[in-house]
Amino acid sequence: MNNLMRIDGLSTHFFTEDGEVKAVDDVSFRVREGETVCIVGESGCGKSVTAMSIMGLVESPGGKVTSGSIEFQGEDLLQLDKHTLRSMRGHELAMIFQEPMSSLNPVIKIGEQIMEPLRVHLKLNKKEARAKAIELISQVGISRPEQIADSYPHELSGGMLQRIMIAIAISCGPKLLIADEPTTALDVTIQAQILDMLRQFKADSGMSILLITHDLGVVAEMADYVIVMYSGKIVEEGEVVELFSNPKHPYTRGLLKSKPVINQRQEELYSIPGQVPNPLELAPSCYFHDRCEHCMPVCRSKQPVLQDVGNGQKVSCWLYEEALIHA
Amino acid sequence: MAVNSSLAPVRRAGAASGRSSLFRQSVRRLLHNKLAMSGFVVVLFMFALCFVGPLFSPYTDNKINMAMMNKAPGLKHWLGTDALGRDILTRVMQAGRISLTVGLASMVLSVFIGALLGAVAGYYRGVADQIIMRVADLLLTIPGLPLLFIFGALLSEWKIPTDYRMYIVMLMLSIVNWPGMARMVRGQMLSLREREFMQAAVVLGLRDRRKLFNHLLPNIIPLLIVMATLNIGGAILSESVLSFFGLGVMPPTPTWGNMIDAANNMIDFQQRPWLWIPPGLSIFATVIAINIFGDGLRDVLDPKQKR
Amino acid sequence: MPETLLEVNHLKKYFPITKGLLNRTVGQVKAVDDISIRLQPGETFGLVGESGSGKSTVGRTILRLTEKTAGEVKFKGVDIHTLPPEELRGLRPKMQLIFQDPYSSLNPRVRVGDAIGEALLDHGLCSRSDVRDLVLETLESCGLSSYHIDRFPHEFSGGQRQRIGIARALILNPELIIADEPVSALDVSIQAQIINLFSKLQQSRGLTYLFISHDLSVVEHLCTTIGVMYLGSMVETASRDELFRHPLHPYTKALLSAVPIPIPKLKRERIVLKGDIPSPANPPSGCKFHTRCPFAEEVCRSQVPVFRDAGGGHFVACHLV
Repeated sequence: MNNLMRIDGLSTHFFTEDGEVKAVDDVSFRVREGETVCIVGESGCGKSVTAMSIMGLVESPGGKVTSGSIEFQGEDLLQLDKHTLRSMRGHELAMIFQEPMSSLNPVIKIGEQIMEPLRVHLKLNKKEARAKAIELISQVGISRPEQIADSYPHELSGGMLQRIMIAIAISCGPKLLIADEPTTALDVTIQAQILDMLRQFKADSGMSILLITHDLGVVAEMADYVIVMYSGKIVEEGEVVELFSNPKHPYTRGLLKSKPVINQRQEELYSIPGQVPNPLELAPSCYFHDRCEHCMPVCRSKQPVLQDVGNGQKVSCWLYEEALIHA
Repeated sequence: MAVNSSLAPVRRAGAASGRSSLFRQSVRRLLHNKLAMSGFVVVLFMFALCFVGPLFSPYTDNKINMAMMNKAPGLKHWLGTDALGRDILTRVMQAGRISLTVGLASMVLSVFIGALLGAVAGYYRGVADQIIMRVADLLLTIPGLPLLFIFGALLSEWKIPTDYRMYIVMLMLSIVNWPGMARMVRGQMLSLREREFMQAAVVLGLRDRRKLFNHLLPNIIPLLIVMATLNIGGAILSESVLSFFGLGVMPPTPTWGNMIDAANNMIDFQQRPWLWIPPGLSIFATVIAINIFGDGLRDVLDPKQKR
Repeated sequence: MPETLLEVNHLKKYFPITKGLLNRTVGQVKAVDDISIRLQPGETFGLVGESGSGKSTVGRTILRLTEKTAGEVKFKGVDIHTLPPEELRGLRPKMQLIFQDPYSSLNPRVRVGDAIGEALLDHGLCSRSDVRDLVLETLESCGLSSYHIDRFPHEFSGGQRQRIGIARALILNPELIIADEPVSALDVSIQAQIINLFSKLQQSRGLTYLFISHDLSVVEHLCTTIGVMYLGSMVETASRDELFRHPLHPYTKALLSAVPIPIPKLKRERIVLKGDIPSPANPPSGCKFHTRCPFAEEVCRSQVPVFRDAGGGHFVACHLV
């Protein structure tokens, strides 16, 4: 499979009253054609900021991509001028967000909002665009598409709106769909529908998906390749089956163990002690060290690097560096 | 969104360790806001000028001096003299006392009436709410200035002694201003009632007194401070307008408004700008400074900034 | 058998839909429609449902945060909804609520220590000089440190705030705690900490929980008995093992199969439901679930199924079982 997108050394920082926050710190990964990559992590780990950086949406509130490159189909998105980037967004590069309600304009009819990218990017005329919009609405599993096209966002439920967002996102046949917590605000039965649909579209069109989520269950269902982030850094990545059956980083292990799983009840749930470190007070160290049960002196003073540990898995942890040295 | 959540721990970290105080934090943030502080400095300067300045002036007796009529600014009279030979600088300072006092006092009064009625309406709702808010709506439907003009004309009609007029003007301004205040407080009260921590207070079985004084009021006071500050500027302006038209505080008591009255006269306006520019500038500077400071306060105290 | 702690009988809560200037009532949202729950001391009852199922309204109506429409709520035999306000206030410390949103449930202008201790003082359960010690002790048992006592809520993370909310309820020595989605706003690693805190406190203090959640895996972990709600009605109630091993109602089955399981490439039977939850303002006739049920028959459209015992205390409301 060919690389569709290759991110190299991406850093995105936010400048706040209290100091500089390295929301994304030297992150590199790639998305291959037709692949679903999941970035998983807890709030504040930088997973959403990574997505926003790719879309060029971090500039406004004191944020800045400070270094790195985002190569998409051989072009560095960070070097593109605004106009070219805009023509790519919504066309080859589409995104859906957690809150569909706030991503849609409340005073414009659903149909018109779906037609807009079709007219801009695919240069369809009004009639063609409307026909295509209605087709798209029925494609995302909504009955009575004509009626829905003429309604306003507030008349639809959250699940329906997320479907509309997906319709807009896939309307111009994107190569890459970035989905930032697309089902977090939805009920499980609706989530199941949406995930099924995303999988279906991916199979049909061969697009790649970059899925951002905190839910390991969703990851297991959707991902081909998984990236685990913590405090702005990638701590572990690998093929989904490998990563879930043989997690290497203590954080990944902890996460997997601390999620209760249906029909696998234990008397006491494993829990990672403590909480995420303050992003303003990060010293050169493994950022997970104060919550880690395997913490060694070196973890407190030096930052581990992401290393290949075989089976296509990479991990950033001193435990494995030691192992590598001794081997 | 994503950006907010990633910055949440930062805000958490903003506070120093140990016993912190929201008030001290607010003051610290206010001190960092340069624009607001410059507004505050100007306001302070105006207050100092008006209340302390006249003590150093040799012309405080306001004696009519026909020999010194309409003199241009010079060494003896820094800002010149008016048609009756009185020192403009001294009169601007004395007028400032009145204008600032009227602004402050009417603000205190309208905040008091507005906050009290708004809180009662928002907390108890029902009939009290209906009555208070309908009266407020009624007052809000009448344009403020014409209403003040009518009041002012009535005062002149009833031949109220000029010494008392200052107090009545304060009262008038408060009557016009409280409904806006009451609405604001009531709205805040209603939205606070729906917040989960107020429901928590019900579940905890807290007494009404505690709910009101420990939970609702502390969340309303910041808004009140901001509103009150901005209100002073408005009150000073209204008083100036009234006095300018001769319906507010009457000469010989000077206010900035009735001093600008000099600009009414074409000759004075064109040839003796020292008569009206100093009071005009004083109003301008004071009101702008108060508003800038108020906006800064809003930035610091707005509860939406801190959850 | 020990005395029943909480008894909810045929509880109904309808919200009127009003229209126009005169607030004419044009309809009703049947948020809670004939719910009965019985809780024994020390038990954890899990109330599960999706958004719009009315599960949160059940919790709030039990505590009389909103007035009921019909039915009764008995706490240790006392009908809460007929108590005069002052007596109800006296009873409040015994029944506490933990909120979902750890941000809006704490007053931003009240110090943590005051927020936790104030109810004790207000109820005269503790003298002013002892309150600080009690607050410190409670902070400790909820996994917070003593130096947190003088801080303001905005200085804490979501998980810590939820601990503060728990401490605030716990200090009153309640017998019943209603927890309304207490972990859904938290990250996975923090969620596990809070879930463990709930178990620990139950063991050490003999608490009884009514645990409201949409997350079946959390409910399975914590609860001994589980009730599944759909559009204001209970569709199935059973003990934990019974419900998860032998779900009877098609909705319960669908819910269970929709929960993503963190095991990749796992093959399992999945019932994907059609469409959305109907509006509770205009619920379907007959069985409320028939519009989405893959097994619906004619009888489901016309007749309301009876909530009945299908054997061994496993209650279900379905024509096809």
